Amino acid sequence: MKVELRGIHKYFGVNHANDDITLTIPSGTIQGILGENGAGKSTLMKILSGFIHADSGEVLLDGKPVVIESPAVAIHDGIGMLHQDPLDFPPMRVIDNFMLGQKGGLFPNRTRAARDLRRLQKEFDFDIDPENYVDSLTVGERQQLEIMRLLYLGARVFILDEPTTGISAAQKDKLFETLKKFRKQAITVIFVSHKLEDVEKLCDQVAVLRQGKLVGAMDKPFDQKKLVEMMFGKEVPLGTKQTACQDRTVLNLDRVSIEGMRLKIKDIDFHICEGEVVGLAGMEGSGQDLFLRACAGLIRTVGGVVKVNDRDLTGKSYHTYKKHGVEFLPAARLEQALAPGLTLAEHFILAEKQTGVFINHERGRRLAEERIKTFNIKGAPVSPVESLSGGNQQRTLLSLLRHPLSLVLVEHPTRGLDIESVVYIWGKLKERCKQGAAIVFMSSDLDEILQYSDRVLVFYNGRISHPFDANKTNVQQLGELIGGKGWNE
Amino acid sequence: MKHTTLNRIGFQLFALLLAFGIASLVLLAVGASPVQIYKDMFGSLGTKGKIADVLVSWAPLLLATAGLLITFAAGLWNIGVEGQITFGAIGTTLVLRLLQNSAMNAGLIIALSIFAGMLAGALWAALAGALKTFGGVNEIFGGLGLNFVATALTIYLVFGPWKRPGTGSMSGTQPFPEQFNLPLFEGLRLSPWALVVAVVGIVFVYFLLQGTYFGLRLKAVGKNFRAAYLLGIPTWQYMMFSFLLCGALSGAAGALQVTAVYHRLIPSISSGYGYLGLMVAMLVNYQAIAAIPVAFFFAALNIGSIQLPIVHKLDSSFSGVLQGLLVLFILLAEGARQRLTPKA
Repeated sequence: MKVELRGIHKYFGVNHANDDITLTIPSGTIQGILGENGAGKSTLMKILSGFIHADSGEVLLDGKPVVIESPAVAIHDGIGMLHQDPLDFPPMRVIDNFMLGQKGGLFPNRTRAARDLRRLQKEFDFDIDPENYVDSLTVGERQQLEIMRLLYLGARVFILDEPTTGISAAQKDKLFETLKKFRKQAITVIFVSHKLEDVEKLCDQVAVLRQGKLVGAMDKPFDQKKLVEMMFGKEVPLGTKQTACQDRTVLNLDRVSIEGMRLKIKDIDFHICEGEVVGLAGMEGSGQDLFLRACAGLIRTVGGVVKVNDRDLTGKSYHTYKKHGVEFLPAARLEQALAPGLTLAEHFILAEKQTGVFINHERGRRLAEERIKTFNIKGAPVSPVESLSGGNQQRTLLSLLRHPLSLVLVEHPTRGLDIESVVYIWGKLKERCKQGAAIVFMSSDLDEILQYSDRVLVFYNGRISHPFDANKTNVQQLGELIGGKGWNE
Repeated sequence: MKHTTLNRIGFQLFALLLAFGIASLVLLAVGASPVQIYKDMFGSLGTKGKIADVLVSWAPLLLATAGLLITFAAGLWNIGVEGQITFGAIGTTLVLRLLQNSAMNAGLIIALSIFAGMLAGALWAALAGALKTFGGVNEIFGGLGLNFVATALTIYLVFGPWKRPGTGSMSGTQPFPEQFNLPLFEGLRLSPWALVVAVVGIVFVYFLLQGTYFGLRLKAVGKNFRAAYLLGIPTWQYMMFSFLLCGALSGAAGALQVTAVYHRLIPSISSGYGYLGLMVAMLVNYQAIAAIPVAFFFAALNIGSIQLPIVHKLDSSFSGVLQGLLVLFILLAEGARQRLTPKA
């Protein structure tokens, strides 16, 4: 089935998530979609699969314009989406999951479905027991089940969102084999990924998105260097940097191992000094978030020693780390860092040292007014935090940091913020560095990482690169590592 | 700011009208006259004796509500409050039974027994809290389960170890001698001491939530658990504290039921004040002072409905219908207000 997107626009507030995207995918093609986090890939795919609606633009299937109202309409039109986390029902049996979405009234025909499932399994060489429960399957098997289910529902266009994350190498090979078989059946595949290697191996043509725009397209064979450049943009001039770590070590990790839900990171050796800024690069979910949380005592390490200011804090809780001058600022400000319903003044009161039993509201108000002024927050002491804009919420978070501090761990310090706030927030963070704090931050914006960090670590699938001197590396080198190139096995 | 308040009052008045309207429809459906029934329910408030009766149930209801406001502030649905009232009553009864033949001053024994009731309530709440924080059992399920256990325990005590001389009966244990009852107002069934305990309870909660660091931290935990943790608040300890305080206050309610109202342990000692308190707490939306009139109104509905079976051959559970409708519509109105009012 031929898929055409014409002039797709989508806004989320002021954020232009899809900016005039036009793309034609011939029938039976495997189309790769590359881009950083936040480039607009997911938005585009969600529009195509009916989860959200475009503000303007049209979608044509085999030359006919269609209005995709909902995922149900999408599958009716032949568009099936395979989500990164399979959208199935783990407590139900394989066969029941397989039949989901079928039209067939009150009494579905299990025998026929079982027969069809067997036939499909044979065709693609899958081996899943239909009577098994889905929660006992591996992610790869669940993916296979979803593929068969969508096929059974009549999908002629498959959208796969980061399908190679969390599955084994053998399963990946099988997946690619299956997708290649689709070509002959004139089924179109849209393969969304940030892994250059996978895209090169599988796709016939590639489109690259950056900041909501379609910045380039390429047919086989791919010029890898150019792809990286399209994904991450051109070099930017860099500011002055601290070259080497001469001062006191603030944080020291010695052969630390971390286990997350999907990833394990083994034997991390890392240290950071007073006044230093280290940026963590990598695609979302490559382990940076685990790393930051482990440095804050928010998740337990499973091996090794964590030292803050030469004190062994291995296995201690975040509150102990906090006592030693460590602060963690999460990316989800309103969900994890601020208490919606409480006012600015109340937040300042909570963050300050409290003496006595009764709240000194007057002091709280004065404190709030003073911080609002110093941090240029647009809000009043009595404003509930949820009424502030994202930039002002981030300023509030920074203004809640205590003095003195040893280490600030920040997730996406400027995500979703306007330029003015970005400059302001980095100004405040750098001020902290001058006062002796070290900063570790993760960001999906390579420019931000290169501009503000002294050293850079790249994360890929639970692996961590050696630290790069931010002055001596470039977008090209980091971009390839982020995409999974150049890691020795 | 002023506009919002007016707006809110308007919506709530509308909700009040709707609740009474639908309750009237229910009455019409069973062939009763709504006007007559409302008149009987509220008109009887005219006499001093009736007002005193309302206050008799107002005191424990207010205490349960006060406790619930604390757990609400911490973001917890302490459904187990019923069991906490019941267990408080058991604790009070236990101490009275142990000490009634001692040489101690009767007043001191009453005070001790009320204190024991608070302790027992806190203990029962701590169980629900521990299930939540250490066992990962949602406080709604844990609390509900513990309510059944507390009721079963009461029935066991009434018919077993604490039964009246002769055979046990649903009417409860042997009443305590008069010196172990809280003194009453002359000619009324109302004890001034019960009022004092209730008012102290709600004022305590008001100051706790409005004016103390403890209250503010509790609210932070309730509004956003994770943010509170990042702000340095020991979150699970605060949850446990809120359970303990709520349990102590509802335990006091149970203690009053024994020392000021029934003078013995009866199977339905909690009288549903826990569930009713949940409704009051939801309605007043964290405003402790507002609980005073709202609890009074709910208590009045309860008392007013007592004579419905006698006069109108209606079941007295009609007050429950009306209370339920009120909560439902007022919460609905608040939701509708937020949806319909354009944001500034």
